[in-house]
Amino acid sequence: MTRLKKNGLLLFAHIGSLLPLAILVWDWSQGNLTVNPIQAATLRTGRFAIILLILSLAITPIHSLFGFRWIIPLRKWFGLYAAMYVGIHFWLFIGVDYGYNLSLIKADLISKRYVIVGFFAGLILLPLALTSTRGWQRRLRKNWKRLHRLVYIAGILASIHFIWLVKSDIRVPLLYGGMVVFLLALRIPVIRRYTKGLRFIRQWFPKRRPHSSSSAQSNPS
Amino acid sequence: MKKIKSSEITPEEVYLSRREFMKAAGIVTAGSLWLAACRGNETPASPTLSSPVVDTSADPSVYADEFGDAANTYEEITNYNNFYEFTTSKTGVAELSKDFITSPWAVQVGGLVQNPKTYDIDDLLKFEQEERIYRLRCVEAWSMVIPWQGFPLRSLLEDVEPMGNAKYVRFETLFDPDQMPGQKSNWYKWPYVEGLRMDEAMNDLTLLATGIYGKSLLPQNGAPVRLVVPWKYGFKSIKSIVKMDLVEEQPTSLWMAAAPNEYGFYANVNPEVNHPRWSQASERRIGENSRRETLMFNGYADEVAEMYSTLDLRVNY
Repeated sequence: MTRLKKNGLLLFAHIGSLLPLAILVWDWSQGNLTVNPIQAATLRTGRFAIILLILSLAITPIHSLFGFRWIIPLRKWFGLYAAMYVGIHFWLFIGVDYGYNLSLIKADLISKRYVIVGFFAGLILLPLALTSTRGWQRRLRKNWKRLHRLVYIAGILASIHFIWLVKSDIRVPLLYGGMVVFLLALRIPVIRRYTKGLRFIRQWFPKRRPHSSSSAQSNPS
Repeated sequence: MKKIKSSEITPEEVYLSRREFMKAAGIVTAGSLWLAACRGNETPASPTLSSPVVDTSADPSVYADEFGDAANTYEEITNYNNFYEFTTSKTGVAELSKDFITSPWAVQVGGLVQNPKTYDIDDLLKFEQEERIYRLRCVEAWSMVIPWQGFPLRSLLEDVEPMGNAKYVRFETLFDPDQMPGQKSNWYKWPYVEGLRMDEAMNDLTLLATGIYGKSLLPQNGAPVRLVVPWKYGFKSIKSIVKMDLVEEQPTSLWMAAAPNEYGFYANVNPEVNHPRWSQASERRIGENSRRETLMFNGYADEVAEMYSTLDLRVNY
């Protein structure tokens, strides 16, 4: 049952993460991306990336609050898909938009603070994506956790990137940034001690099959 | 001051005959319009004011700027608009503004003038209309080439006779949140205000536009009358004007009030002066895939550079 739930959810997550890309490619091929398709595609991939990053960040707190162990694998996949969209976003910007024109890129981009923070946010995600496998997790031991805490810095930089990008009305990017900060706060030890008190919420989700969940607990990943 | 290039001004009889040509072209291609409608386009068909045929066929190759770059299509020009009075979505303006009432309309011209006047649209159309093909460079680093109809702002200013102490013209857009839902947002200080220095307002290039491609302006393009100042970033070219005042003090525009460190009063297109978000050194012409270098004063340096010879454009951005 748990396995089925886990696999079903994973499948759902894969489809949900790849569907926006398929829609984007379709829209572009149909000329539905406004008359400025490169910009529209850049904005869309950036948005997908930050949403997936936030979803990835939300998995651990949801698990520790509600005890949904079977959602843990989503953390890795949402993170990887976020990195994928960041890669496409970066390629659209440097390759498609600027045509790898180094002098233009230099003149225009180095001076833009939003580009610089966005670049570092993406750069941080690269080693995290590369070390997302179980093998690397084993090899890096304690350092894996330390390394992967950088994802919060990536999330905050990505939010700043978004805030600095918009023209004036920064409510939407602030919402994203607020979510990152909120999810980060949930992991601060002092706050965690407090949220442990919220674990009574778990009883609202009765475990129908106690033996399957106990077997999952005896097999920590 | 250098005279405006003759290639930029189309004599009225020429552009009128061109209009006839376009109309004929519209009829010829009307039969293929249903094909265009099948293209699964998210942009709504635009209502047209002057002719029952929606002339999306307007052949841009007939129209080009003085560098020989073809004008953007009517469809591009009418479906990719910044008009925050309606929505911040560039593709959403056309649909949201389609019922915008532009008739009757009154433009009140006053302030430091001998002869304050209120013009309705027929009054404005009495000024000799010309066609001008101008580049429009948005501060967001995209650009278009647009064939406008209109008349020099100077003609109207001469009509109201500015007083000697008038130093600036202050423009205001209609404030009507019921019709313009974007104005319900408190994020900006409505109504939209823009301003020009007197010499800028009197410059040959400065146009009050009433049409595009021979048709009356659509609401998304600033109907029924808007400013066009081609050597400045697009946001200076204020839309749907209801008020013009000649004043002594430099007006504070909506964008200056919203972000004074980003938007100055002058807002001249200038590849040398950086903006924190958008590249000002290059731009994408709508319809093209690669970038173009942005030209000083958007390519109109010959006509306007002299006005700023004593001004530090880095400070006065």
